[in-house]
Amino acid sequence: MSRATSAREREFGPYGGRFVPETLVPALDELELAWIEAGTDDGFTAELAALLRDYVGRPTPLYRARRLSEVMGTTVYLKREDLNHTGAHKINNALGQSLLARRMGKRRVIAETGAGQHGVATATACALLDLECIVYMGAEDMRRQRPNVERMELLGASVVSVDAGERTLKEAVSAAIRDWVANVSTTHYAIGSAVGPAPYPGLVRDLQRLIGEETREQIQATEGRLPDRVVACVGGGSNAIGAFVPFIHDRDVELIGVEAAGEGLDTGRHSAPLTTGARGILHGALSAVLQDDDGQVVPAHSISAGLDYPGSGPEHAWLRDEGRVRYVAVEDDDAVAAFRQMAQLEGIIPALEPSHALAWMVANPGTGLDVLVLSGRGDKDLAEVLAW
Amino acid sequence: MSAPTATADRIADAFAGHGKRAALMPYLMGGHTGLDGSRAAAVAAASAGADLLELGVPFSDPLADGPTIHEAGTRALAAGVTPDDVLSICADVADRLPVLLMVYANIVLSVGGATYARRAADAGAAGLIVPDLPHDEAGELREACDVARLALIPLVAPTTTAERLAAIGSDARGFVYTVSLVGTTGERSQLPPELPAMIERVRATTTLPVAVGFGIATPAHARAVGEVADGVIVGTRVVRAAQEGGAQAVGALVRELAQALRRA
Repeated sequence: MSRATSAREREFGPYGGRFVPETLVPALDELELAWIEAGTDDGFTAELAALLRDYVGRPTPLYRARRLSEVMGTTVYLKREDLNHTGAHKINNALGQSLLARRMGKRRVIAETGAGQHGVATATACALLDLECIVYMGAEDMRRQRPNVERMELLGASVVSVDAGERTLKEAVSAAIRDWVANVSTTHYAIGSAVGPAPYPGLVRDLQRLIGEETREQIQATEGRLPDRVVACVGGGSNAIGAFVPFIHDRDVELIGVEAAGEGLDTGRHSAPLTTGARGILHGALSAVLQDDDGQVVPAHSISAGLDYPGSGPEHAWLRDEGRVRYVAVEDDDAVAAFRQMAQLEGIIPALEPSHALAWMVANPGTGLDVLVLSGRGDKDLAEVLAW
Repeated sequence: MSAPTATADRIADAFAGHGKRAALMPYLMGGHTGLDGSRAAAVAAASAGADLLELGVPFSDPLADGPTIHEAGTRALAAGVTPDDVLSICADVADRLPVLLMVYANIVLSVGGATYARRAADAGAAGLIVPDLPHDEAGELREACDVARLALIPLVAPTTTAERLAAIGSDARGFVYTVSLVGTTGERSQLPPELPAMIERVRATTTLPVAVGFGIATPAHARAVGEVADGVIVGTRVVRAAQEGGAQAVGALVRELAQALRRA
């Protein structure tokens, strides 16, 4: 496991911070310290590395998508995070945080989930490590991701339905934070994306950066060079930040984050705060946030439950402002078309989240060597897509 | 230490001149029962013996609040209540008692700290309480509030370490808002047994008044807290009264709470 150089990383340029009730601040300090200490503990790093190899199945393949490459007239590789145990990149983070919870002596783990992938990953890690697991999920997401609710319950987790607001991911995060405020001494909050108060955005990135590190090694081995573009979907942005960060200093590698444009950026019904959003505070961090003129956070919209979130990770907001990563957005219809296209061209059913990244890449063919982060598999999305 | 300002004096006077065991500070969500309803509830509270008023600005994602105050804010937002509307309520009642605006950080950030502080001061507010702006993030807004002659009231919690408590106490303005329990706002059946010891820890860090909120639900609670603290903040119970019986119920409840705080 490689780690960020700075021990304490609370800001990303002007973004990040810890905008939470005072009650939680000591717990964030404790988590920050535990994470720094775990990084220098060979036992911890070895246990995580062994689980990632033998239990999760890493490294995941970097697969040359032959028919997709033919269609695009370029060379496209897929980073196969869909082949991880539990079917998405979320397990990388969930396993690391659950090990950290155990190390801190916290036997109760709470999580939020949108598409259900982070909830399933956390429930899985908690089963493995014999920890109590409670997952907050919006009632609307429970409806559209029913198989994942059943999976979590089978794994021994309690799934709590959240009925506030739009009944999706934003409210699930809020409910999890309120639980954490009340139970902070016994409970670890395993946040699922590179969002939230420090140290979470840096911690989650560190647990996901192996996506980019493996990709770098694999493409060097097969192509003898770095890719021209790395394309990943961005909700909160954990798979993207993990994929991008190892390439940050390779100025010739273009990095593209694809958000959900929902029904269209001009309709107001989208989930594209980086592409469109102002500066705002949501869930403990200053970042790009969809909000109205008064500072009220407005509901996001996307066909993809995993992208249906009005905020984004603070490091993404910084990378946008610095001009290092380009953020674009893809509408629901195009994501569904790409979902079908991937299934029929490559025999891979992708999750709706990376289908957004795929749609952008197909519509904007490059000239050389592309890597698409296939962050998860699409079994969970079948009902939604077939009903579209 | 607190800058000597007119508003600081107003808060200090409210804590000094109430003639009870402790000052009484009810909380109302701005616009929860309509703008006129909120004004009427604030006036009723002032007439019934409130010494200060905490006035909430509805926010879409209130992380420090339990279900009752969250719901009150959601109702206000659904009725179209804006942060400016709450300032207008403040302006209408601020001559009766010091008003502390309870406002989440993003509402302040969206116009900028200096601008928000100036608008709040123009509306007659005595201070701001920003529940998701811990000490480490608060420096800039505290300076803006000092300039605008507003007190930025800090919060401390049972989880706050001694080191943080000392830093928070030395930068405090107005009073120190002591969160009685580990959790979000809401009525509780009992007060935490560690509360008196916690208040002593807070007191050791500041010469300002120490007020206690979260979980105080009954006149008996108010009386017990009034024995050890300088101020008693009652939020959810008052919001529930506003929801159930409007200004009249708020007035009756505040009268009961004030009565419980009277010395024998």
